[in-house]
Amino acid sequence: MNELLLTVLTLSLLGAVLAVVLYFVAQKFKVYEDPRIDDVEKMLPGANCGGCGFAGCRAMSEALVSRDNIASLYCPVAGGEVMTSIANFLGKTAPEKTPQVATMRCGGTCQKRPKVNHYDGALSCAVVNTFYVGESGCAFGCIGYGDCVAACQFGALTLNEETGLVEVDADKCTACGACVKACPKGLFELRKKWPKNRAIYVACRSKNKGAVVSKVCKAGCIGCGKCAKVCPFGAITVDNFLAYIDPEKCKLCRKCVNECPTGAIHIENMERLPKEPKPAPTVESKVETAKNE
Amino acid sequence: MRTFPIGGIHPHDNKEWSKDKAIEILELPDEAKIPMIQHIGAPSNPVVKKGDKVLTGQLIGQSTGYVSANIHATISGTVTAVDAYPNGQGQRRLMVVIKREGDEWMPEIDRTPDHKRECTLAPNEIIDKIREAGIVGLGGAQFPTHVKLSVPNDQKAELVIINGVECEPYLTSDYRNMVERAEMILTGTEIVMRAVGVSRAVIGVENNKPDAIAHLREVIARDNYKGIEVMPLKMRYPQGGEKQLIAAVTGRQVPPPPALPISVGAVVCNVSTAIAIYEAVQKNKPLIERVVSVTGKHLKSTHNYLARFGTSASRFFELSGLPEGDVKLLNGGPMMGRSVVDTTAPLIKGCSGLTVLSGEEAARGKELSCIKCAKCVSACPMGLEPYLLSKLAKMQKWDMAEEHNVVECIECGCCSYTCPSYLPLLDYIRIGKQTVMTNIRARAAANKK
Repeated sequence: MNELLLTVLTLSLLGAVLAVVLYFVAQKFKVYEDPRIDDVEKMLPGANCGGCGFAGCRAMSEALVSRDNIASLYCPVAGGEVMTSIANFLGKTAPEKTPQVATMRCGGTCQKRPKVNHYDGALSCAVVNTFYVGESGCAFGCIGYGDCVAACQFGALTLNEETGLVEVDADKCTACGACVKACPKGLFELRKKWPKNRAIYVACRSKNKGAVVSKVCKAGCIGCGKCAKVCPFGAITVDNFLAYIDPEKCKLCRKCVNECPTGAIHIENMERLPKEPKPAPTVESKVETAKNE
Repeated sequence: MRTFPIGGIHPHDNKEWSKDKAIEILELPDEAKIPMIQHIGAPSNPVVKKGDKVLTGQLIGQSTGYVSANIHATISGTVTAVDAYPNGQGQRRLMVVIKREGDEWMPEIDRTPDHKRECTLAPNEIIDKIREAGIVGLGGAQFPTHVKLSVPNDQKAELVIINGVECEPYLTSDYRNMVERAEMILTGTEIVMRAVGVSRAVIGVENNKPDAIAHLREVIARDNYKGIEVMPLKMRYPQGGEKQLIAAVTGRQVPPPPALPISVGAVVCNVSTAIAIYEAVQKNKPLIERVVSVTGKHLKSTHNYLARFGTSASRFFELSGLPEGDVKLLNGGPMMGRSVVDTTAPLIKGCSGLTVLSGEEAARGKELSCIKCAKCVSACPMGLEPYLLSKLAKMQKWDMAEEHNVVECIECGCCSYTCPSYLPLLDYIRIGKQTVMTNIRARAAANKK
């Protein structure tokens, strides 16, 4: 009986003494951490995708709490609303950013850009890119082994087996930019997100001359510049035989789409403009053509 | 018999298809496309423009920097374009296109067939001539030879090693050179010895080429080449790797990068490079042609051609008769060669052979899981752990890959060859190596600032 009592007493005493020691040690080595960091971290989506440029959501919330000016910090996954509520919570001004969406800029489907050789190495775009230009002979087009699909944490990318191209689900895309880093050909671009997921972009990255492009792909940009001429907003530039539509200047008027001879300008969730009917031949023009013939 | 100490494999050498075909001089192409980068280092700068007349051996690409090489016209005629054209991998590179008109040479080139052995030039004059001639390592690495032969002041060369190993299966161009052009190799070796200031040279030849060994020894004894010996080496791939050859011949291990072979006193040169050096120094002939084997089990005929650079790859395949069905066309041999996907691509300095495999021969096995058998570790001639490096590269753990010395990989392919699960180990290691090298360079550049 005595032993039992003694054991219980000893242990209780030991516990009490250690508790006192631990209390003082904890006071001595206390690290102050802003409790708001935890709160902000809870408000962030917790994807730890790195889309904000920080190592994860914790690092991002530390930055949000510690910096005075948070205009440059933006979580693409959470979006504007969450950022505003975080800013209100912290009493700072929220960063303003238009929502963006990843865009895959290659239109070379298996039909338009037939394979000219067979690859049997490791199934990774990065590996293919170290070897050669790829199975189609186009040095700029989608390789189609899905490095971007593997990199996307939100399931927004799928590889369409029929076309051999990667497709973006604009509703799932958070514009974290993981695909932009993963694609060895640099096909992805974060572009302005229009309502109803409308989009218009040049689905080609080929900087080759038109003759070279049309040899390997029927859907490539040949750099003819017709789109740039017709654009009323000056949004289209042609550089190195490649047209580019500036998403900030473009107003989705779709005039360029009908001009493009190869169909390299893609539109999404919009109808094409009706083709303008050709003016009926007048008598004079008939005489002209007869003369020319 | 000597060989290198660690790793290595024993693939079938497959030399029988083309080893008995004497060197044929390929008729001059009507058009030559000459890339402005045929070497490791900075691309050369074209010094001709469309419409210019050029003579065979005339400088058309000026080297831009120390690690770079001159490029010369390989045929005479008119420059029809200076533009980007696809290379063997389909990547577009700047090339000078020459349309042939006759065969006129630069007047200073000595085209007489007689052998000229005496060389009284000083070492720096020899190196200057080599640099002017645009000579690069013809074994495949294409490293500018003048850089290799310029021994740094704080180091001393003790031995010249001439690489006649040709461990790559199928290829026979070095072998034919040793059998048919031994005098040129030996004089070239003497010139290299003179340039780096050593009195001893070893020609390493694998023992699957006994007639090359016998012939070289006979010529050495007959013409009294002093200080040059032929060392037969036990056949094992990749003995032709620079570090492996040094280990096999001298027993010394070259320390990891950035140390160079010169740190153990060795200067290594390929036999074909020795011929190019002989021609440049003794005959003033720049590097415009080389011996190329066109080989493969299923070809209608196999050849060893002496061909001008810029000749289209399709010309070689036409002359040899490609088999029906799927084929794999390789620039080089099956171990280290690169697939040729565009046959309009020209012959370049580093191409020692074109190998043709049938689809069946080239097929890779179905990829299974790694069973941790460590066969790749035993096979790696650099003592690396290929299974680990491959995994790290796949997971993009570049820092860890760097810690495990991925940059030491010589890309010989022993790991992929030996893997019982058919894993594409080297495919991933190569990305790891490239990325880590880029990171190291970026860090060095940042530190400089």
